[in-house]
Amino acid sequence: MKPRHKKLAVITAGVTALGFAAILVLNAFQSNLVFFFSPTQVIAKEAPIGKSFRIGGLVEEGSVQREDGGTTVHFAITDTSEVIQVVYTGILPDLFREGKGVVAQGKLSENGVFQADEVLAKHDENYMPPEAAHALEEAAKAQKAYLTQ
Amino acid sequence: MAINWYKYSSPASFYSLAGKMIPFFAIIAFGLLVAGLYIGFFVAPTDFQQGEAYRIIFIHVPAAWMSMFLYVVMAIWAGIGLAFNTRLSSMMATAIAPTGALFTFLALWTGSLWGKPMWGTWWVWDARLTSELILLFLYIGFMSLQAAIDDPRRADKAGAIIALVGVINIPIIYFSVQWWNTLHQGASVSVTQAPTMAETMLTGMMIMVFASWMYSIAVILKRVRVIILERESHTAWVADLRRKGAL
Repeated sequence: MKPRHKKLAVITAGVTALGFAAILVLNAFQSNLVFFFSPTQVIAKEAPIGKSFRIGGLVEEGSVQREDGGTTVHFAITDTSEVIQVVYTGILPDLFREGKGVVAQGKLSENGVFQADEVLAKHDENYMPPEAAHALEEAAKAQKAYLTQ
Repeated sequence: MAINWYKYSSPASFYSLAGKMIPFFAIIAFGLLVAGLYIGFFVAPTDFQQGEAYRIIFIHVPAAWMSMFLYVVMAIWAGIGLAFNTRLSSMMATAIAPTGALFTFLALWTGSLWGKPMWGTWWVWDARLTSELILLFLYIGFMSLQAAIDDPRRADKAGAIIALVGVINIPIIYFSVQWWNTLHQGASVSVTQAPTMAETMLTGMMIMVFASWMYSIAVILKRVRVIILERESHTAWVADLRRKGAL
């Protein structure tokens, strides 16, 4: 082996070893790297109790209720299996919509309602013109109607 | 026809080759940039969810991709320089760093501008955003370390270590949105799946990606020429150029 080849082998081995170490470290910190907890995890008491944390999921259809004369809003976050009620006072992001992604930060109160002090919208990776979105919606409706026939 | 590649690993011959290539890449970069921005801002349709605000994608995604891609290229050049002691490879790595840092900054900045109206926040500490910020620090660390060491050969070696260690961050950035739940959405364009973007939007974005590639090549060649001259200033061929008034 020429010295420079040996050097290359050492570098390759070094980078591989570091990569392996990184995988182990990231695995160990797996639970600390989550940005939010799902309603299922919250129900299963995996989320920190008495501390601020984030909860993420979809805004449940038909759950959004605004209180009169204020900016307080009640809604529910679902991951389609569990539901958490949320109350928030403040301005919601433009993309906050029923059936769309949301991440709320706050604390779980005694009665199981999540008191949010920040609400962020989480949008998906789909980009299309409104007409295409409309066509997809119509197609989904037609399929649903067909299946329930 | 056999090209003698070794010839171009000598700084002197690469210097003149790079000089000839720069205008070519610069012109293509400019043409693609104009076409890409035109498609992005005038031809591509409005988005069904985000309205006009999504158009920042035409800058944000190319910048983010380049920031990761350039880092890998930089680490490969630095690694080759370290293993084979080839001067030009290390100079290439040094020349790439500022452009990589620029694209990283652009990706973070445009992302922040996009996050405020859509997500409702300028910044969150989710895995994607945090790992991209670490990338910026890696570039800055690489550049400052090299700047702090006077002997260029030693600076090359020290920089190569940072570049190679930091390369681990690249898959972390790329897969962060799959491995962990993040506020940042998943990839719209990937090798394994059909893109989840309307065709015109995708075309505009890809043209911008190629424009960034061409720009990067042109500007990196320009920078490596300066580095070559600086480091070879004591040699006969540089003195020759100076005498001919070519500098």
